[in-house]
Amino acid sequence: MGEASREIMRQARRQVPEWSTPQVNEAMAHQHEAGRENQELVLVDVREKHEWNEGHIPGAVHVPRGYLELQVEEAVPDKDKTVVLYCAGGVRSLMAGATLQQMGYKNVVSMAGGFGAWKGNGYSFVQPRTMSEAQAKRYSRHLLVPEVGEEGQFKLLDSRVLLIGAGGLGSPAAYYLAAAGVGTIGIIDADVVDDSNLQRQILHNTQRIGQYKAESARETIEALNPDVKVITHIERLDESNVARIIADYDVILDGTDNFPTRYLLNDAALIANKPVVHGSVFRFEGQLTVFKPYEGPCYRCLYPEPPPMALAPSCAEAGVLGVLPGIIGILQATETIKLLLGIGDPLVGRMMTYDALAGEFNELRLFRDPKCAACGENGHPENLPTYADVCAIPA
Amino acid sequence: MATVRLAPVLRSSVGGSKQVNAEGSNLSEVLADLYSRFPALKEQIQPEESLSRFINVYINDQDVRFLQGLETSVGPNDTVILLPAMAGGR
Repeated sequence: MGEASREIMRQARRQVPEWSTPQVNEAMAHQHEAGRENQELVLVDVREKHEWNEGHIPGAVHVPRGYLELQVEEAVPDKDKTVVLYCAGGVRSLMAGATLQQMGYKNVVSMAGGFGAWKGNGYSFVQPRTMSEAQAKRYSRHLLVPEVGEEGQFKLLDSRVLLIGAGGLGSPAAYYLAAAGVGTIGIIDADVVDDSNLQRQILHNTQRIGQYKAESARETIEALNPDVKVITHIERLDESNVARIIADYDVILDGTDNFPTRYLLNDAALIANKPVVHGSVFRFEGQLTVFKPYEGPCYRCLYPEPPPMALAPSCAEAGVLGVLPGIIGILQATETIKLLLGIGDPLVGRMMTYDALAGEFNELRLFRDPKCAACGENGHPENLPTYADVCAIPA
Repeated sequence: MATVRLAPVLRSSVGGSKQVNAEGSNLSEVLADLYSRFPALKEQIQPEESLSRFINVYINDQDVRFLQGLETSVGPNDTVILLPAMAGGR
């Protein structure tokens, strides 16, 4: 250390009060007892990323000194709070303290001896989960978004999403969920790839005609992102398997093409308390909403009964613009990621409709029906008709 | 006259239009006006006296089931939306 830096240190020490590690430990314990609402003290780790990754004090926030002026006001908006800074040995935190005072923080403290002394005293510390270099690169654009960040990316990697159908809606949704790093993607689909699917079902390709769609989807997803584990369910969703299949997932993305499955899934999801991201398409129009059990309406609140067959043609009968399920499926993936991360306003109680020809989005308010047979006051989702015999439509 | 917007599956009943105008001071009258001009529409959405349970009707984006149903008043600048369930996903 040269004379000039010693002088800076001396000045910082005159300005910034210091606490010993036992003092900080006691203050943190006191704070812990006070509960989440009464946090008077913020502990800020000003070390570099690699130092933080090797271990830090539980409850601390990380603002590296190099970014201090840029990030601290976001991390600690209240300048009246007591801010306790620490680094490895207690030097950088003192200088950081002087900077915070300049920025208007009224109660800044530096922890003498830093993290080294903390560990030396045998106080507890945590070692954060770290991303591999490959992951840090792959998800770098997520890590830059504060609403996602490293914590959010880990959430996605730990998440499990079930796609009902690897078809028009499931294809684009699967692509983007996989790219986003949703760690486990389940796909239930009993069909094989057909030539007529390829106009919109972009998970598959010409070479895979005749192959199971779930298997084809797995190949595509694994080639895109090896972080993703794909679980294939080559079966049809029915009363006998629905509860077992959905049990392991956090969010269900409904991309089916028929009413019986939609009713079946609705009831099972209510019982298992799983949110369903619902999408449907017809020619040039699509609909999208999120059914979050008991927080918003369910599918039966919206449509207590299916329409007669004449009014409910499937894509196979009515046709669909190939790109349309692409748009709706991607919106479903977006809603799914919002639900997984717990950010934004999911489309609960709102139906978004898209008219491709007009180039228009519209929104309708949906309400829970207190008399709903599935989720109402006297609802009984265990034993409702799914209308399988009334309107079975070939896929 | 109120504006009535129709979901795609219903459009063939009104000659392919996406949007039509209709007279009436409440929903029941507006629909009656539509049915008199487009009888096929009645078959599709209200074959019986009450509104079918598979069709949702919105007035200015509010579900009429939570307003006054067929008695809900409709002003000349209001938009009625007729929306049956869609199943297609593949």
